[in-house]
Order: sequence, then structure tokens, then C-alpha cells
Amino acid sequence: MTRVLLLALLPLALLGVLLTVIVRSGPADAVRGENYPPVERLTFQRVVLEPGGIVVSVMNDGPDEIAIAQVQVDDAFWTFEADNGVALRHLGRTTMRIPYPWVDGEAHVVRVLTSTGTAFEHEIAVAVETPTPNARYFGVFTLIGLYVGVIPVAIGLLWFPLLARFSAHAMDFLLALTVGLLAFLLVDGASEGFEAAGLLPESFQGAVLFVLAAAGAYLLLEGIGAWLKARGRAADEGYRAWVLAVLIAVGIGLHNFGEGLAIGSAFALGEAALGTLLIVGFTLHNTTEGLAIVAPLARERRRVALGDLAKLGLIGGVPTIAGAWLGGFVYSPVWSVLFLAVGVGAIAQVIGQIVRQMTREGSAARMLARGPVLAGLFAGFAVMYVTGMLVG
Amino acid sequence: MGTVGRTSPNGFSPTAYLRSWNFADLPPAERAKVYRETPRDDGTLLREYEIYAADREIEIAPGLFFPAWTYNGQVPGPTIRATEGDRVKVTFKNLGTHPHSIHFHGWHPPEMDGALAGQEVQPGETFVYEFDADPFGLHLYHCHTVPLKRHIHKGLYGAFIVDPRRSRPPADELVMVMNAFDTTFDAENEVYAVNTVANAFMQEPIRATVGRLVRIYLVNVTEFDPINSLHLHGMFFDVYRTGTSLVPGDRTDTVMLCQGERAILETTFRYPGDFMFHAHQSEFAELGWMGLFRAEEAPTT
Repeated sequence: MTRVLLLALLPLALLGVLLTVIVRSGPADAVRGENYPPVERLTFQRVVLEPGGIVVSVMNDGPDEIAIAQVQVDDAFWTFEADNGVALRHLGRTTMRIPYPWVDGEAHVVRVLTSTGTAFEHEIAVAVETPTPNARYFGVFTLIGLYVGVIPVAIGLLWFPLLARFSAHAMDFLLALTVGLLAFLLVDGASEGFEAAGLLPESFQGAVLFVLAAAGAYLLLEGIGAWLKARGRAADEGYRAWVLAVLIAVGIGLHNFGEGLAIGSAFALGEAALGTLLIVGFTLHNTTEGLAIVAPLARERRRVALGDLAKLGLIGGVPTIAGAWLGGFVYSPVWSVLFLAVGVGAIAQVIGQIVRQMTREGSAARMLARGPVLAGLFAGFAVMYVTGMLVG
Repeated sequence: MGTVGRTSPNGFSPTAYLRSWNFADLPPAERAKVYRETPRDDGTLLREYEIYAADREIEIAPGLFFPAWTYNGQVPGPTIRATEGDRVKVTFKNLGTHPHSIHFHGWHPPEMDGALAGQEVQPGETFVYEFDADPFGLHLYHCHTVPLKRHIHKGLYGAFIVDPRRSRPPADELVMVMNAFDTTFDAENEVYAVNTVANAFMQEPIRATVGRLVRIYLVNVTEFDPINSLHLHGMFFDVYRTGTSLVPGDRTDTVMLCQGERAILETTFRYPGDFMFHAHQSEFAELGWMGLFRAEEAPTT
């Protein structure tokens, strides 16, 4: 036993020695020399617009210590107070309060100058007051969440009685349509996720974080699905269809959480005045999500109680509200990446489930190559693409 | 608005620079090492200067440092002041890391120009510039080594005043050099100032006395922007462009100078109190080129 322990610890001990040698001798410093300028990186984490000015939270994302010297807003030196000092070590943060009289609806540029004269800029594309967690904004975000998430999904669910009368071919088309819709959300979510990952400080390794969270969500849902199906009535097609509908609702719910986060954080970053068109776009876009949830149930011609439909709708839609709250009040880009990733993982899992259900036995490739399925896939993707243009 | 904090008290003082020429700010023993006056037979002086170029980090706003190239460790370089007809002899030693030169404005033969091919002074080398101070007026000197933009905006410039033989009326004389710094090296300035430090005279207003003539030697060396200007609140001043005439050419409250252009301004404070002065390009003003005069009644004797 001692020997095993020794074998385990020896490489670790040697690694420790190596690290000590590197830190002590500083081979990088030998290359950099004495007057080599420090590597400076500063990330804007949150920009809040208040009646009294602009509050900017920044983090030193570079390896070297930096000192913030001055702040300029719109090409003018401006006074500021830093809550946590101006000398920032690696991953050190501070919040600067700048009493700048910003103008509602106009653009501003905040520039932070470090002691070496390096400038870090943040552009506020459209200045609007950042919501604070009070009753009014809770109400506004809830309403937006209802418009964008809950109501459209519920409306989509109302197609259920119609779908239940479809022929088998039409059902294939419908399920393929669902896959098309979800595939669009998959690509859309992944693209947004990687974009958000790019905004993270480099030390957070956003892309890796995104992929890991997506894979984790996928595997978790796969596990839950298997567990649900294993609970007895495995042979019951109707029950399987119900499980699938729940999983789709969960996947879409997670996706909508990410969407809510994006809407809320647009406020938080002071970057967007949320237009009516954007809300209309999300509303149309998300109506199709209700369709996706009920398609597997319709295929099995299963009778579904109104209460169960409502449950599915709430699972798919309500997370939008929570996302908007979180995005609006405690936004951080890390949350965006994580939730978008979870949404993507969930959707990927759901796509897999539906394809498996459609295939039953035989080859998935042959199933997908059939006319109604191809048409459905294309139609699903096209519907999302066109309604997505309203959001874009 | 404005900058936050104060610059280090041990660094360059924009206020001391206003009224120091020919190294008058140095203690006599120190001054003797860099500046000597020797009377000549015709009544004029031989004025000998020791000027060196050196790399030095300077503070251009509180906590904000710029890797400057300097004459004698300061930006702007020491003001050189002679009387028309004096012999000016400048021993220039390049202690910097790049070739440099001194190009004086004023009458001089081509071999004293400092700008022609082969006239760069290599690091570690020395060159002696020698010429007669002519014509009287307000001139400047600056490095003329290429790339020119960089050698100038890094800080190699200073004021060169030539007084007329019959001196101007006594006045409180102030040297103001309008300059700017591109700290990100993208050919746009982040900091504007008069005498290097952003907002310096907002925090430490220039003292003036009501009823006493004030003479401002205003030089524009701002790089990257084609022009700069000075606007004085609540007052008017006489303008002697390039200082080459004893008759004012203009009476105004706003004077515009292109890069390298200069003017002597004369005015007298009528009222006590604070008078703002700044570039009338609002952008420059808000990026540091703004200050105050504080006029006080003359002490009654």
C-alpha cells in the first residue's frame, strides 16, 4: 500500500519541484527583459446606466498586474470612484462609478486608460437606464417572458387536436418538421453560445465551457429519459410518446431560458433598447415550439388531458421569464454561455429521441431520406429561418 | 469631469515650466553646468547650452505614464531664450536609443539645420549647433529625425524665444506649449494639454495680478491634429504672430495655430477671480487642454 502511495505521489512531487524552479528562475522574464511592456487585458463585465451616471465593472484578464489611471467617456476625461481600488492583479475586479450625464437613446463610449496609456473601450450602442430589481421591472420582464415564451408555446400546443387527425404520412412530415425546427434552434443556440463565449475573459476558456456544459446537459437528459422509460410501462407507446414530449418541452424550456437571458441582458449591458419588432419576432418564432412539443403525442393518437398540455406549455415557456429576470438583474456573460450550452445539449438530445422514435427499427438514414420527412425537415428549418429574420 | 488624482510632486511641473528659461529653475551650481553667458565685444552675448536627448517615462495625467523621448529629461524641453544678435551654441549629446537631432526655427546656414540627410546624431554621439539668434520673435526647436511624426509626438520639442534688442515692456511672462500624446500609438491623441500634464492648470491655476501686463509665449506642437487653439474667457488679448513684429496684428479672444506655428499674446487682467482658458476645439479641451488663471488684486503698498 505504501508503495502504491509512493508511486502515485512521486510524479506529483517532481511536478511540484519543477513548478518551484520555473517560478523561481522565471524563464519567461529572461525573454521579456526588464523594459518589456506588461501584457495588459481588461474585460468589461457589466455596464449599468443609472440616473447619476455610468457604473462599469471590469476585470483584469491578463497575466500582469495593471493600474487604472484615468477614464474617458466620449473623448472626455471624467472623474470616477473605484469601489475596489485601481490596482488589479490577475483576475482582480473593480467597479467604477462615473458621474457622466449620459443621454437616453444615444450612443456612448467608455474608455479606461491604464498607467501605461493602454486603452480599453466599451461601446454603449443605445443608452437606456438599466433595470433595477424592483416591482416594476419584475413586472415588465414577466410580461416580456409571457409574450415571448409562455403564450406562443401555448398557442402552438393548440394545434394538437388538428395534428391528432393527420395520416401516418402527414405525421412523418410533422415530426420531421419538428426536427427541422429543433435543428435550427440547435445551430442558433450554438452560434449564440460561441459568440457569448468569445466575450468571456480568456481565462474562462468560454468555448470549452460551452461544449462541456452542452455535453453534460445532453448526457443528463439521456439518463433521465432512460430512467423514465425504465419505470415500468416501457412497452406502452403512448407513455413513451409522453416522455418524449416532456423531454422536448424541457429542451425547449432550457433554450427559452437562454433566450430570456439574452433579452434581459441586452438591457443589462446597456446595449439594446428592446424594440416591439424584436418581441414580435420572438413571439412568432416560439409559436412553432409548441408544435414541436405536441407532435410526438399526436403521432401516437394518444388522448391528452388539457391539464397535461398546460404542464408541457409551462415547462417550455415559463423559463423565458426566469431567464429575463436573471439576465436583467444579475447578468454575467458566464451565465449566458452556460445556459445557452445547456439549451443546445438538451435540444440535441431531443432531436436524437425523435429520430429514434421515427425510425423504430431499420436504418435512420433510410427513414430520413423519405419524401415527407425531407420535406418536413426543410419546412421546419425554413419556418424558423424566416421568423428568425424578424429577430435578427 | 476632468482627470482624477494629482501627478507626482517629484515630476515635471507645468507651473514651474511657465516661467523658466535658460535653466533659471536650476540652482546656480547646477545651472552653470548646462548654461553659460559670455559677453562679446559688440555687446551681445555668447549663450552656451548643454542639451541631451534621453528616453524617459513621463507622467502626462495623474497615474498615466508615457514612454517619452525627451530633451534634458523633460517635455517640453528647456526653453532657450536669447536676444537678437546673440550667438547661440548648443552642445547636443544623444543619450537616447534612437538617432535624434535639433532643428531650430530661425535664420541659420544649412549645416546647422539638423534635418538634412546625414545630420542625425547617433546614440552616444555629440553635435554642436551654432548660429546667431535671428530674427526676434517666438520660435521653437524640435527633433527632425525620421519618422518625424513619432520623434515629435514622443516629446522632442521646446520653445526658442528671441527677444528684440530693445526689449518688450516688462510683463509677467509665461511659456505655454500646446502638446498632445498618443498613448495607444494609433495616430490619435488620448491626452491634450498645455505644458504636457492634462488639466494641470485646472488643479493649480496660473497666478496673475490685476492691472499687470501678462505676456504668453504660445507654441503649438500638437501632432496628428492639423490645428490647435487658445481661447481665454472674459478677456481679449493682442496677438503678435510669430512675435516678429512689435505691433499687434490682431485683438481677439481666440487664436488658432497650425502645428509648428506660434504667437505672443498680451493682455491685462481687469477683474480679480478665475478665468478659464482652453482649446476651442471642445474635444481637446475635454481631453485635458483646459486651465484657469486666478487673478488677484495687486498688494497695496
